[in-house]
Amino acid sequence: MNNGLSFVPAPLAQLPWKIILLVTAIGAFGLIVLYSAAGGSIRPWALNQGIRFVVLMFGAIALSRVRESVLGKVALPIYGVLVVSLILVELLGAVRGGSQRWLDLGVIRLQPSEFMKPFIVLACAKFYDMLPPNETRRIGAIWPAALLIGIPAGLVMLQPDLGTALMICAGGVTVVFLAGVPLRLFIGGALALSAAIPLAINFALHDYQRNRILIFMNPESDPLGTGYHISQSKIAIGSGGIFGKGFLNGSQSHLDYLPEGHTDFALATMMEEWGLVGGVLTIIAFFCIIFWGINVALNATTRFGRLTAAGLSATIFFYVAINMSMVMGLAPVVGIPLPFISFGSSAQLTVLLCLGILMSIDRQNRQTSRW
Amino acid sequence: MRIVTEQSQSYSFTRRALMLGGAQAAVGLMLAGRMTWLAVAENERYRLASENNRVNMTLVPPRRGWIVDRHGAPIANNRTDFRVDLIPDRLVDVDKVLAELSQLLALPPEQIERIKTDLKHARGLQPVQVMENLDWERFAAVSVRLPEMPGVAPTRGFARNYPAGAAVAHLTGYVGAASATQYQKTKDPLFVTPGFKLGKDGLEKALETTLRGDAGAKRVEVTARGKLVRELETKIDTPGRTVRLTIDAGLQEYAARRLGTNSGSAVVIDCDSGDILAMVSMPAYDPNSFSDGISHMEWKMLSDDDHVPLMNKTLQGLYPPGSTVKPMNALALLHAGVDPQARVNCSGAMRVGTGVFHCHKRGGHGAIDMKNAVMQSCDIYFYEMIRRVGYDAIAPIAREVGLGQKFELPFDSQRYGTVPDSAWKLKKYKDAWTIADGLNASIGQGYVLANPFQLAVMAARIGSGRQLKPRLVMNGKVPTAPPLSATPEQLAIVRDAMFGVINQGGTGGRARLLVPGVAMAGKTGTAQVRRISMAERAGGVLKNGQLPFKMRDHALIVGFAPADKPKYAMAIVLEHNGHITASLDTPLIGRDIMTFMFDRERAMASLAEFEPTWGGDIPTRAAAQAAAFRATADAPAPVVGAATETKATQPTAAPAVEAATDAANASAEALAHDAATGNGVAQVTGSPEPQ
Repeated sequence: MNNGLSFVPAPLAQLPWKIILLVTAIGAFGLIVLYSAAGGSIRPWALNQGIRFVVLMFGAIALSRVRESVLGKVALPIYGVLVVSLILVELLGAVRGGSQRWLDLGVIRLQPSEFMKPFIVLACAKFYDMLPPNETRRIGAIWPAALLIGIPAGLVMLQPDLGTALMICAGGVTVVFLAGVPLRLFIGGALALSAAIPLAINFALHDYQRNRILIFMNPESDPLGTGYHISQSKIAIGSGGIFGKGFLNGSQSHLDYLPEGHTDFALATMMEEWGLVGGVLTIIAFFCIIFWGINVALNATTRFGRLTAAGLSATIFFYVAINMSMVMGLAPVVGIPLPFISFGSSAQLTVLLCLGILMSIDRQNRQTSRW
Repeated sequence: MRIVTEQSQSYSFTRRALMLGGAQAAVGLMLAGRMTWLAVAENERYRLASENNRVNMTLVPPRRGWIVDRHGAPIANNRTDFRVDLIPDRLVDVDKVLAELSQLLALPPEQIERIKTDLKHARGLQPVQVMENLDWERFAAVSVRLPEMPGVAPTRGFARNYPAGAAVAHLTGYVGAASATQYQKTKDPLFVTPGFKLGKDGLEKALETTLRGDAGAKRVEVTARGKLVRELETKIDTPGRTVRLTIDAGLQEYAARRLGTNSGSAVVIDCDSGDILAMVSMPAYDPNSFSDGISHMEWKMLSDDDHVPLMNKTLQGLYPPGSTVKPMNALALLHAGVDPQARVNCSGAMRVGTGVFHCHKRGGHGAIDMKNAVMQSCDIYFYEMIRRVGYDAIAPIAREVGLGQKFELPFDSQRYGTVPDSAWKLKKYKDAWTIADGLNASIGQGYVLANPFQLAVMAARIGSGRQLKPRLVMNGKVPTAPPLSATPEQLAIVRDAMFGVINQGGTGGRARLLVPGVAMAGKTGTAQVRRISMAERAGGVLKNGQLPFKMRDHALIVGFAPADKPKYAMAIVLEHNGHITASLDTPLIGRDIMTFMFDRERAMASLAEFEPTWGGDIPTRAAAQAAAFRATADAPAPVVGAATETKATQPTAAPAVEAATDAANASAEALAHDAATGNGVAQVTGSPEPQ
């Protein structure tokens, strides 16, 4: 069955330990960063984050026991529930006035847009799974997917949450691309999009969003206002040098010059103390997970499994790439955290959800190949 | 349409998934590259930026270099100054603290307004001044209440101190807070640091770079919100360098006091080295109070004063030198070949063309030779002799002894007057030189204008026989100055005549020194500032005492001593003195100042005898004047100005001084022109000399 130790029970031995350990390592490193960001204290962030990580990790492992076929069955219904929730959130926001992202269920506060990030991938994958292969190159392969992506993305934009909307689009479009839709449609779409961006910036975005993009183009224009985040983050990373200032020695984060040093800008907090070495190791660790995910996709036996696995690893990739670009001044500040390192439950939940599904597909692969 | 099968779809997926993975890897590499760029290539820049964030520097103004006299006695030094500042970031309740402070320090409402305005523009830990020059009691009162007033910072700093006060005002100038424009120009944060003062006038301004020193810095680690984390090491300030002057502080102060209530100048020069031993312009402002910032009332009083206390008359006052040029004229005549024994008959008046030129002695001196002409200050002798040789033969010698010359002195503005000749007149007035021009010039009137400093140089050069270069700052050895073009014999004749002026029954007999065995050689002078009409002359020239101040004659004296081996030379010019009071007139002042060089006690005794009759010493008189001015002006209580206040009131480049100086000199020039080009009845005389 496997070459693992025989006294270990089969279900345990079957787990993809390498990937679990790697994710746990990143999570543990994140806790160290949060410990430092709190000025050398496990409160208020590291402890919460740690407990949540353990709980969610067990959740992900449990999710990996769920069969791929079950996932395929629930993909579209859950997608539907999430769209309804997004509309509810929007209505509640309209009633209460002001923007709203949460759905308060009494016990927990649910942020449907967050769940939408993996489930747009599952929904699109399910759609292309159901689509007969010879339909793939027809227009019928495009517009339903465009609706699937456009509806939640549009609703999230209304919240307004530019970062999440972008992530939803990116995840969905990745699946459309992988599903084999003709490249010319893609290129045409990309051109249409690039033409739409200036229009969107001028008409669709809120003032503060437009401002962020303009500041991103020229951060020095506003060193004490919105550009302050980016400038201070670059100072933190740049001043860390190759080996960093040392654990607990980051002046930018400890003296509060770096805003959001424990959430969106945790990478800067980390790199100030751990330097380029810490940064590059983090990139390598995340890419190991992403490439493992692509590998899972290549080995998947079903079309749904293939598209889902590749789409979810792309979702993880988008988290990492967008956050890092934003922190290093390569992208506008859109509020995407760095999974496992930034403090916050949403990204942790989403990424572990992705991992759980990836592990489930991985498990299926190994079972089918064994039979 | 291509047929898509499960298999081809799977193949296409693999291709696209790998493509996607490749693109992701490329992005990953780009991110790593960006990290490397920031952390390695730009590391230096960002490390600096991070340090700038972390460390907040508060500048400590450097202690200013001292100005000392030739013996090392302080002319300008620093005294401990107690001050109270506010640190904006540490303030919790501004209004409460200000209310408390205004009660403790008796702050007037306009100061509170000023502090509020300054606080609005202040940021971080940059202190805002509340009050400086506090006495110990008030400083202590604030210090003990510190725990109740977060943000208040009592500091011991340094303030400029001029021990001799007004006596050195025009020499040293004064210091003051940097003006807004000066800060705009340099952007030097030191300029807005409370307690920092820079030179605003005189030597303080000219020697600014030497005197300033380098600021120290208090370094503290602060959070983004300005909260103090800990103090880092403090950089001590580097005090400015001491500047040693050639001035003799004792003499400077004595001369200033001895000038009494006069509006005048006194300059003493060493005949061996050219060292300037004293350079006094009185009355003067008190540089101590100027450096602290003065009130509107004080400023108005000074600028309205007809004795122009804001003007450095030694270098900026231009006067007709009058008869003091006669020794120089004699030297020039000898140089032009005039026989010193040759006599001119003085009948008391001389007709040139349609004009009549009078001698100061109505009846005339009779037949008179060169020595007696100098001794008796006979105008007719010089009218006649200079008419013969032409003034163009006199002018080069006048320039050689220093008239009309600009000297290299560390002062912003000097006015160097005029030595006229035909070429000069042609250039300036497009007009030919007339005999009358020459006659006026020959008695130091007409176009001739000089400042008191030049007259002292003239005396020093005639005394030493060399072209001495005056110097004010001690800087190494002085090169021996080249001799004048006159021969030693010619110089001896002139010096002998000047000896006669004071010691052999000449017009300056009252200037005879009080020191036995030391004789002074010199020449007195009177410069008229108004025209005397035919009508007035017929009815008797008005006495100076009957005239308003501005109409009175200037009184002058130049001289050197000992007469046989000149060591010290001096010049004294008293504006509108009018020879009214003997103790305040040139001969006695000249006598006492020169006596001081040889016997200080005797000179001090003489001063002690006179000073009470003028209303006391300089500070006493200044206080009395201020009280009188306040009473008449009914001015509100004076406000001790602080930074912002003084910016408005302090004479920065001293426009008022410029204006006053211009006005004074314009009237002198106008008179000269008027007198010289007058309609044939131009009558300029040396007025009666004191006997």
